[in-house]
Amino acid sequence: MTKIQTQYNRRSFLKVSAAAGGGMLIGFSWLTGCISSEAEPKELAIPKEWFEINGYIKIGDTGMVTIYSPNPEIGQNIRTSMPMIVAEELDVNWENVVVEQAPLNTGFYQNQFAGGSLSIRLSWNALRMAGATARRMLLEAAAKEWNLTISDLTVDKGVIKEINGERSIGYGEIASKAVGIEVPKEVELKEIKDFKLISTSVKNVDGKKIVTGKPLFGLDFQREGMQFAMIQHPPAFGMKIKDFNEEEIKSMPGVKDAFIIDTTIEKPGGFDERGFQELIAIVGDSTWQLMKAKKAIKANWEVVSELENSEMHMSRMEKALESGKFKEERKDGDVDSAFKKAAKVIERTYSAPFIAHNTMEPMNFFANVTENSAELIGPTQMPNALEGSVAQLLNMPIENITVNMTRMGGGFGRRLYQHFGLEAAAISKKVGGPIKLVYTREDDMSQGTYRPTYISRYKAGLDENNNLIAFSVKGTGLPESAVFPNRFPAGAVDNYSAGSYAEETNITTGAWRAPRSNFTAGAEQAFLDEVAELAGKDPIDFRLELFDRAINNPVGDKYEYEAERYAGVLKLVKEKSNWGETKPGVHRGVAAYFCHSTYVAEVIDMVMEDNKPKIKNVWCAVDCGILVNPDAAENIIQGGVIDGIGHAMYSQLTFTDGAPNEMNFDRYQLIRHSQAPEKIEVFFVKNEIAPTGLGEPGLPPAIGALANALYGVTGQRYYNQPFTTYKPLIG
Amino acid sequence: MPTFNLKINNEKHTVEVDADTPLLWVLRDSLGFVGTKYGCGIGQCGACTVHVEGTATRSCLLQVSQAEGVNITTIEGLSENGDHPVQKAWLEHDVPQCGYCQAGQIMTASALLNNNPNPSDEDIESAMNGNICRCGTYVRIKEAVKTAAKL
Repeated sequence: MTKIQTQYNRRSFLKVSAAAGGGMLIGFSWLTGCISSEAEPKELAIPKEWFEINGYIKIGDTGMVTIYSPNPEIGQNIRTSMPMIVAEELDVNWENVVVEQAPLNTGFYQNQFAGGSLSIRLSWNALRMAGATARRMLLEAAAKEWNLTISDLTVDKGVIKEINGERSIGYGEIASKAVGIEVPKEVELKEIKDFKLISTSVKNVDGKKIVTGKPLFGLDFQREGMQFAMIQHPPAFGMKIKDFNEEEIKSMPGVKDAFIIDTTIEKPGGFDERGFQELIAIVGDSTWQLMKAKKAIKANWEVVSELENSEMHMSRMEKALESGKFKEERKDGDVDSAFKKAAKVIERTYSAPFIAHNTMEPMNFFANVTENSAELIGPTQMPNALEGSVAQLLNMPIENITVNMTRMGGGFGRRLYQHFGLEAAAISKKVGGPIKLVYTREDDMSQGTYRPTYISRYKAGLDENNNLIAFSVKGTGLPESAVFPNRFPAGAVDNYSAGSYAEETNITTGAWRAPRSNFTAGAEQAFLDEVAELAGKDPIDFRLELFDRAINNPVGDKYEYEAERYAGVLKLVKEKSNWGETKPGVHRGVAAYFCHSTYVAEVIDMVMEDNKPKIKNVWCAVDCGILVNPDAAENIIQGGVIDGIGHAMYSQLTFTDGAPNEMNFDRYQLIRHSQAPEKIEVFFVKNEIAPTGLGEPGLPPAIGALANALYGVTGQRYYNQPFTTYKPLIG
Repeated sequence: MPTFNLKINNEKHTVEVDADTPLLWVLRDSLGFVGTKYGCGIGQCGACTVHVEGTATRSCLLQVSQAEGVNITTIEGLSENGDHPVQKAWLEHDVPQCGYCQAGQIMTASALLNNNPNPSDEDIESAMNGNICRCGTYVRIKEAVKTAAKL
């Protein structure tokens, strides 16, 4: 039996009543028209009274249980999987559980953000403890009631039974008494083998609401008396607003106000990055009238820094690559002599362009700022950063600000950044009432926080027996390099070096699903494929040889990976894809990558159909430790594969005179149905390691496997993303 | 502002909006049918798909003045209890990730199956190609369309 100290997260178990001074959980009914109602258990009556057991759990007198999901939902399905973990330890029938989104409350919860594939990984213990503590308190209440000890009791699916007797009582009946029980100092967690709910496939708790079009998203949020707002930012990076035809815009139908806002804050954090701090804001009655008013804006912009273009970006990076300005970040052995000694040397350069996040739901936020308070509701991956930035902007104590999260129409890193929430707050303050800021697709795509553009050069040396004896990588990018000095193949090669140099740009960038890994995996895995070919070895066997070296006799003492688990997913994908089997016309590509604490290997089968490459099958092998919700895990891995293939194949953002050339889906190409793989199979390694995340790790290896499969069907290596040139598609 | 009479989900609605207002914004802002989503405003992403006389139509490109006198169906009116075969199949395959594009996907898929009850893989790809899913649920969508065809 695993015992766990509740002090680990002691503040999570403060009684709600004690914390109610903050008023955050109690009275949390702002979206009653928006959330809830659907997932109500069929067999149980709606409770007349609810009992708050702890910050995660509320039990109704009928036995219905509400579990608060603490983190933002961006499509990674944690609104289902986080409550599953609580329910497992609580020992409650999943059919009797309803899920609600918790508000931002750093007093109750930790790590209330969606980023780095960290939600499950960082909350695993806290969620289990929440369930186990509540279960223990319910048992203690029952024991007290019957004058027994908890060892005389068992519990199954929310019903407590006496072991040597006939009595039984449901959670709903004892919950009122459990509220008074002292929070135990230590609780027992279940053995992994005793899990009943975890590792079974549970449907998305919001599935029915999604397929029936219920209001769930920030863009759907409405409040009586709310006005709409839109912004206009400068057309190019390097430009700033001077003035605009304010009076003319204000006189347009449906426009209530038009003005310039400044969202500069004194101490911006890492998630305050944005392209433009001063913007034109217009406020009015309807979205359409504001869209028309936006088109009528005539503004004077001033150039404040260089207006960059894509050719300039590429030459800046290439120049940096040749310059020798690199900072050495790791060195094992003597790389230079090893290359001199090598029988064969290969050097290749890889690049990837800026890309936009393009969440299907454009940026938006509701704000209601009064003299003493600010209420913000909308899609954010990092609500507490928003709270902090708004506090600075409004010069208001943080206690006076509330942030509530809506379901998000995609995140991919885009909503880690807070500027649109700040803009909403600034606009609401100026008009003195509630507003909802809505971006057009063009605003969204041309605003910044892009995936940086990267270039990396790889070099490998083989001895006369085709052993890899030297490996070097150096990379640069705007505004960062994507080199990870301590990732594979560091540790598997005697002579190894890695270096980085960050080049400047005024194009604003940010975290984009699997930051840096989304480029490096493709580059490194395509390069290793070419090295394996040069060595005359099978690409999987070649990688496994390197892992054997890292397992048996690792080079250096610092690695970011466990070689056995890494090799494990390669072996699994080899087996599941029947690697080595050949079919006429079918070409295969393989890649493996470790990032965000999860190991993924993928094999892609590709054919040429009508002179176009077509992906038939993809096999994925994943080691993320304990699998919480298998079917949903498969879904997100499938999505990562398609996302990786799509962006590497088709997507890019280019610039002319500081302005993005792609501002909507007519020119910015995203992968579509007919371009997606026909089938994606996902296999998980079974173990009892604490779970790690899945939102990002499925994406990076897909790019390497894609490049390697493309080589098979076309006979050409692919070094520069996107792999195909732009072709307009009819929507 | 002019007045328009619309028939949406078998009910009559009267709205007062600019004549060039796209049906999308009438649905969302004036009538509260927010299941129909805004994605691009130029007919490229399919998030705003509704049925006009049973045909999948981009509501961001249809002006309200052209939407009078026709039967319009939105995701809210696709079925009484969320039990249209396409909705059931979507739940069976647990298709959605973020879920934002799915109403549009479902409306396109249900229009396809109305006209072509047994679509081939190519038929599905060609009908669904105008609906972008940024999360990449395409494989599941195709499976769900095939399941719906059997329901």
